[in-house]
Parts: sequence; C-alpha cells; structure tokens
Amino acid sequence: MTRDLLVQLLAQGAQMSFVLLIAPLAVGVVRRVKARLMRRQGPPLLQAYLDLAKLLRKESVVAESASWLFRSAPYLIFALTWVAAALVPSFASGLMFNWAADVVALVALLGAARALLALAGMDVGTSFGGIGSSREMMIATLAEPAMMLIVLTLAIAAGTTRLAGVADFFIAEPFAVRVSLALSLIALIIVALAENARIPVDNPATHLELTMVHEAMVLEYSGRHLALIEAASHLKLVLYLSLLICLFAPFGMAPATAGLYGWAIGLVAWIAKLLGSAALLGVWEVSIAKMRVFRLPDFVGIAFVFGFLAILLAFLTRGVLA
Amino acid sequence: MSGVALGALAVAAFLAALTRGPALALVYPVSALAAITLGVVDLRVLLTGADVAARLPIGLPGIGLHLRLDSLSAFFGIVINGGVLAASVYGMGFDRAKELTPRVEPLFPLFAAAMNLVVIADDAYAFLFSWELMSLASWALVVARHTDPESRRAAHLYLVMAAIGTAALLFAFGGLAGPAGGYAFDTVRAHPPQPMVAALVLVAALIGCGSKGGLIPLHAWLPLAHPAAPSHVSALMSGVMTKVAIYGFVRIAFDLLGPPVWWWALPPIILGAMTAVLGLLYAVLDRDLKRVLAYSTIENVGVIFVALGLALAFSANGQPEGAAVAMAAALLHVLNHSWFKSLLFLGAGAVLHATGRRDLDGLGGLIHRMPRTAAFFLVGALAISALPPLNGFVSEWLLFQAVIAAPALPQAALHFASPAIGAMLALAAALAAACFVRVYGTAFLGRPRSAEAAGAHEVPLAQQLAMGGLALLCILGGLMGSVLAVALAPVLDQLVGGGLPGTDSGPTLFSLVAFDPARSVYDAPIIALFVAIASLTTLVVVHRLSERRTRRGPAWDCGFPDPSPATQYTASSFAQPLRRVYGAVAFTARETVEMPAPGDTRPARFSVVVVDHLWRAFYAAPGRAVLGLSERLNVLQFLTIRRYLVLMFAALIILLSIAAVMT
Repeated sequence: MTRDLLVQLLAQGAQMSFVLLIAPLAVGVVRRVKARLMRRQGPPLLQAYLDLAKLLRKESVVAESASWLFRSAPYLIFALTWVAAALVPSFASGLMFNWAADVVALVALLGAARALLALAGMDVGTSFGGIGSSREMMIATLAEPAMMLIVLTLAIAAGTTRLAGVADFFIAEPFAVRVSLALSLIALIIVALAENARIPVDNPATHLELTMVHEAMVLEYSGRHLALIEAASHLKLVLYLSLLICLFAPFGMAPATAGLYGWAIGLVAWIAKLLGSAALLGVWEVSIAKMRVFRLPDFVGIAFVFGFLAILLAFLTRGVLA
Repeated sequence: MSGVALGALAVAAFLAALTRGPALALVYPVSALAAITLGVVDLRVLLTGADVAARLPIGLPGIGLHLRLDSLSAFFGIVINGGVLAASVYGMGFDRAKELTPRVEPLFPLFAAAMNLVVIADDAYAFLFSWELMSLASWALVVARHTDPESRRAAHLYLVMAAIGTAALLFAFGGLAGPAGGYAFDTVRAHPPQPMVAALVLVAALIGCGSKGGLIPLHAWLPLAHPAAPSHVSALMSGVMTKVAIYGFVRIAFDLLGPPVWWWALPPIILGAMTAVLGLLYAVLDRDLKRVLAYSTIENVGVIFVALGLALAFSANGQPEGAAVAMAAALLHVLNHSWFKSLLFLGAGAVLHATGRRDLDGLGGLIHRMPRTAAFFLVGALAISALPPLNGFVSEWLLFQAVIAAPALPQAALHFASPAIGAMLALAAALAAACFVRVYGTAFLGRPRSAEAAGAHEVPLAQQLAMGGLALLCILGGLMGSVLAVALAPVLDQLVGGGLPGTDSGPTLFSLVAFDPARSVYDAPIIALFVAIASLTTLVVVHRLSERRTRRGPAWDCGFPDPSPATQYTASSFAQPLRRVYGAVAFTARETVEMPAPGDTRPARFSVVVVDHLWRAFYAAPGRAVLGLSERLNVLQFLTIRRYLVLMFAALIILLSIAAVMT
C-alpha cells in the first residue's frame, strides 16, 4: 500500500517534471521547423532553454508604476499553468491526481492564469499593456464557448468530464471513428491556436505594434519574471498539444492499471507524438498568414460552429433525436 | 430568539427615526448584533432540520400571520444576515459627523428586517406584506440622495417596476390560493393548483420575482437604482435583495406549485441565459464602477435562473440526482454571489469614499494608495469571474455539470437547448473575466487618471474589516465548497427530493462530486495545494538560480514611454474590441471617425452610437403608448354629468349582456 502510494506519487512527480523539461524543446521544434521551411538556418533546437537560462541570469527591471501584483503574477501564472499541464494525462491515464480537476476545471485554471496575466499587463499603465490585455480577454470570450461545446461533445461520447476517463474510453474503443469527434478535433485545434497566441490569431515571433496580443501584455517584463512568463507559455503549448493527443490520439498511453513497462512505452509514445505535433504546428504556421484582429471572430467562430455540429451529430449517433 | 432580534431591528429603526446626529451610529452595531442572532438561529435550523413555526393573531382576519422557519428559509436567512452583518460592520466605519443622515440610518434596519420577514412568511398575506415593506424601504434608501435628478429618476422607475412585480405576485398567490382562498402555504401545498392555473402562476411568479431580481427584460430599473443608494445599501440590494427574489421563485416553483412539468423549465432557462449574456454585455460597456457591478448582478441572477430551470427539468423527469446538482449550483451561487457582490459593492463604496468618483476613466493606480481595499477587491473580482480556487467557480462548476448532464433528458427541446445554454454560460463566464479585468485594471492598476485618484487614502478599519471578512469567505467558500454542499443537503432534499453524493464518496474529504466520482470530481484544496507548492517551489528555485537584483526604472512601453497618464488604456478603450465583436450584434453599436482633410485645423472626432434595443422595445415604446392613450382618454375628464350617466348605463348594459351570453 505504502509502496503503491510512493510509486503513484513518483509517477505524478515524473509527469510534472516531464512537462516542464520538454516544453522548451517543443517550442524549439516549432521554431526550427518554421525556419527550415522558410529556408533559414534557424536557431538550435535547444535555444529556448538557453533563452530561459539567459533571462534568469539578467537583472529584472520593474517599472516605477508597477505594484506587487506585477511582481507576484509571474510566479502564480507559471504555477497555475504548470499544475494544469500536470493534470492532463500524458504518458499514463490513471495518474494520482488526474481526478482532482476535470476538463471544466482545467479550462478554468488556465482562465485564472490568463486573467492574472491580463491584470499584470494593465498594472504598469502603458498603452501597449492595455491593448494586449483587452485583446487577450476578447479572444478568450470567443474561445471559451467553443471549448465548452467540445467538452459537451466529449462528455456525451464518454459519459464523463474527467480527462483520464475520456482517454480510457478512447483507448478502449480506438477504431470507432466518429464524425462528431473529427469536428471536435478541428474545433479544439482552432481553440488551441487561439489560446496559445499562434498564427493566425497572434504571431509569437513579432513585436510589430499593431498586431501584438500576448507580446504586448508581457512587454514590461524582464529578467526572471520574463523567464517565468515565457516558461508558462511554453507549458501552455505542451498542455494543449497533450490535450489533443490525449483526446484524439491516445494510442500508446498507459492505461490506469499499467506497470512501469507500460509507462515507459507511454512515455516514448507521448514524446514522439508531442514533438510530431509541434512539427505539424510549425508547418501550419508557415503556410498561413496572420489575420487582422477583427477577422478573429470569424476564425474562432468556425470552432464554435464545428463544436455545435459535433454535438448535434453526437445526438444523432446516440439516436436520441430519432 | 429570532423574534427578539427582529424586534431589535424594528426598535432600532424606530429610534433612529426619532434621533438625530451621532446617536444614529448606534443603528449599525444593533443591526450587526441582530444579524448575528438571526444568522445563528437560521444556522441551527439548517443543521438540525427542526422547523420552527408560529402563528400571530395579526394580519388578515380569520387567517392570522403564519411564520415558519424551515430549511429553505433558514438557508436564505443565512444569506441575508451574512450580507446585513457585512453592511452593518461597514456602516460602523462611517464618519459620525458627516456621513450619517436620518434619510438612511432608520431605513437600514427596517430593510434588513423586511428581508428576513419575507423568507419566514408562511402565508400569502405575510409574504406580500413583507415583500412590499422590503421594496418600499429599499426605494426610500435609493431616494436618500433626492437632490440628484439621476437618483430621482432611478427611484421613480424602481417604484413602477416594484409595483408591477408585486401585482404579478398578487396574481400568483391568487392562483395558488384557488377559489377557496386558502392563503396559508400549508393549505396551498395540500391543494396544488390545476395545470393551467399552475402555468399562469409560474409566469406570474417569474414576472414578480424576475422583476425584483433583474431578469431581462424586467431589468432596466436595477442598474439605475442599485448604484443610486449608499454603497453599503447597494451591497444589500445587489448581494441580498436579489436573493430574496430568487427565494420567492424557489418557494413558489418548487414548494407550492406541486409536481413540476418539464416545459416549466424553458422560460427560466431561456430568460436566464439571455440575462446572463446581455447583463455582462451591458456591464462590459459601462463606465460607471457601481453600474458595472449592478449589471453583473443581473448576469448572476440569470445564471441562477438557468440553474433553477435545469433543476425543474430534471425534477420533472424524475431524475433527482441531476435536479440536486442543478439546485445545489443555484443555491451555492446564491450564497457565493451574496458574498462577492457585497464585497465588490463595499469596495466600490470605499473607492467612492476615498476619491469621490465612480467613473472608471477617472480612477487608476489605487492599489498603491489603498492596498488593503485593492487586495480584497481583487479577491472579489477573481471570485466573480468564476476562477478557481475561489468560490464563484464552485457553483459554476456544478452548473456546468448539470448542463453537461442535460442531453440525457428525454425532451428534444431540452437536448437542443443544452449546448446553447452551455455555450452561453461559457460566454458569460469569459465575459465576466473580461469585465472584471477591465474594472480592476482601470480602477486599481495603472497610473492615476485624476487628482482625486492620486490623492486617495485607505478607508477606516471597520470598513476594511467588512471587506476582509467577505474576501475570506470567498476564499474559504472556494476551498470548502464540498462542505457547503453537504450543509445544503436538507434544503436539496426538501426541494427536489435528492442530494449530492456525500463527501465520503470522493477521493478526499473535500472533493466536490457531481453524480458519481467516476464521472466528475473537482477537488479545490488539492489544486490549491498544488498551486501553492508549485509557486513556492518556483519562488525558491528561481531566487536561488537567478540574478536576484531588481531595478526600478521608467516603463519601457516599446521605447516610447509617455509620462501622461492619459495615454493609458481606459475602460472605454479596453471595451472597444468587445464592443466591436458583440456590441455590433447586441446593441447595433457603430463607431464613426471624422478625420478632417490635411491642412484643416479642426480636431478629429470619434463617436460611438450604442442602441439599447431592450429599453426601446420594453420601456420606451410602452411608455409612449400609455402616454398617448392617456392623452386621448383625457377628454373623459371633462364630460357633463349627463354623459357620465350615459356612459355608466352603457357599461352596465354591456356587462349584463356579456354575463347573459356567458351563462
């Protein structure tokens, strides 16, 4: 009993460290793939680690008008995102604390991190901080209803809102291809792009004033605070990729009862899928241009419509409308 | 004991009406003591489940005045007295020389007593009497600053809407009492009305209670009247009085009306969801701190009505577990909203006291000068945005679980409604976060936008205590949501005949479980613990690894820092993207930029037109119609006696012939 508990605790700890350690690598893969596709040399794969190390060594410059909220927000944002990332099943579905938050709570945890970041963006009292915060919150109002519809579809299919339960359901019935799930997949990808400030919603590689969203919010941060914010956004990317993998490509994931061997397979599969999807994200980002801010409602609206269609189809497949 | 406490409130009101000057300050300690006493009595009834009933020989002849304190009344009593206690403690901090007026202090305990009376009334007469007392006391508080034309307008509209609401409730109780006229609630329960009558009663109750709670389209008075009152009264009106309205609906729909029919669920769900989204769209575009809070109250009332509608739907289909989840969501949201909305209104009062302003675009940077108020307000703002691990999220989570279970209901209308409701609630939650980031970001963060904001000061200790207590409740309520849900068990059992799975069914003692632990669990303490451990570890590790030096410097702002605070984002600019995305649809908002030609020295102009369609359709148009009609009928005032006699005779003939045809 005690040994089991210890193993479980270790596995949960392992997941927390894995997501943290692999996050900059995933970002490195995206950047590298983008650079190669544009026929540039691109930064080394491990550049994101080096950037974080560099930022940690630099002193922090805090604006004179900043309050305690500005200085404490990076720690909370990082912790909230990290905990949320650790709650998504990655290499095994039945980890110790997966049950503590279902997907509704997970979305809300990320919402808390976002609200803190938006507040921190307004704390210094500059026009750029405000522009970023206001657009970020606007995008969130578009993405959250779509996300809710996706959750509803999954809950109708799997009968639970626990991510581990949904993953177990898809591991048990991997070949039941459903149109409604395909639609939810597209919807979730769009939501993930919007939430992670990727192209076409936002461009993480730019400081072009009029198009900035995420970068505008964190413009005043420097040194260790910026390192934490950057690490949190890397974690968020890994979280959404893991979420997509866990829900729509869970093969290889160790089920709740697996032993160490199953976990090892699950880990290898997860890392491969994670880096593979990061590469796909890179391909996507070079093949599309960034949209104007006020075109976004149309883009995220697609997610909403697909989410809605997915639910109607889920009703049909369950025969409740017949 | 509760009689003594109510008596104390009445005596306090009476004495305060007679006295002048600093003695008025005694009102608040007395009210606080009475609220504590009443709260303790309510808590004991809720926990032991022992009803207390009384019959007084006053009231209608032959009926008397029935009072009863059952689990439902006790729960709402706790909500009321918690709010009254916080408002009273806040009131103790008022400046004895300047801020006490005989227009507010005598009415405050009267208002508190009336709200307590509503929930313990056990016959229609007692209910309507105390309901009217509550309306009039709060109306008088709204009109306390009668020199302000805005206040007078608000009070006028409030009076009209309150009258309409009470009239609707009068109909509702008439329908419940039936032809026999059994006005005591026990008699009504024993003889539930016929289906058609029940439907009419439900509609009347929705109008009566919805107008008090701010259900769209009966909401227009609320954002005018709630902010017009003194801030601690605004806290009571928004945080507590709207809950009394919810109580009225729950009492009628779940207790007096007999077994529910599934389609009863549709009006509250549809109106509630519309109210939730529209309330926040109004809120996010408004620039007045207290009015934003009032609009957000409308939203929360809408959310509660959605939950109540779902509870009706589950209950009508014989699914007590689903009904219990939805009802627990509604009741917990009632409790949670009473805490954070009171907190936010008290915070707005503190800002008003410190700066004399409530326009968001004139505030800014208050976190530096009012650090405690800012911290408490932040807790309230995050809680009302339904962010974990605070209390707003607990009820929101339960409500989402109920929505997610709704496709299992057999009726097609409810199937199709459930995804739409889920999406609208998610939109409301995201808009709430945007709204309160905007409020907090412009009022408390950034740089001061006016001299008043720059010279603000912290409020007296008693007021900090009131806000701090509520902030603590918001945090504890978030962590201990499962405990609160367990305490609700007798109320759930009384209303829907089911309950949530107990605390022993989840993985830990504090897990909140909806339906079944294999289905959905939310464990706030574990998550909070994880976040705390993670952030402390990060703090320690980062401070070990990193360069610890921190330098203060001018803001970077992309290389172009502007010393003028006018270049900051304001509340209006923050709302601009939302106005373009949602306002264009909901309010046909249009922006026009007049840019003079080069060389022209006229200033450029930017103007926004926002049309409140609801006001036009439901208030302005009927108002014009009534006015036009009364002008037409005005001639009737100037007839000769002969003609009046002819008119009366004609009316008599017509009535007699109708009666002859009908029989």
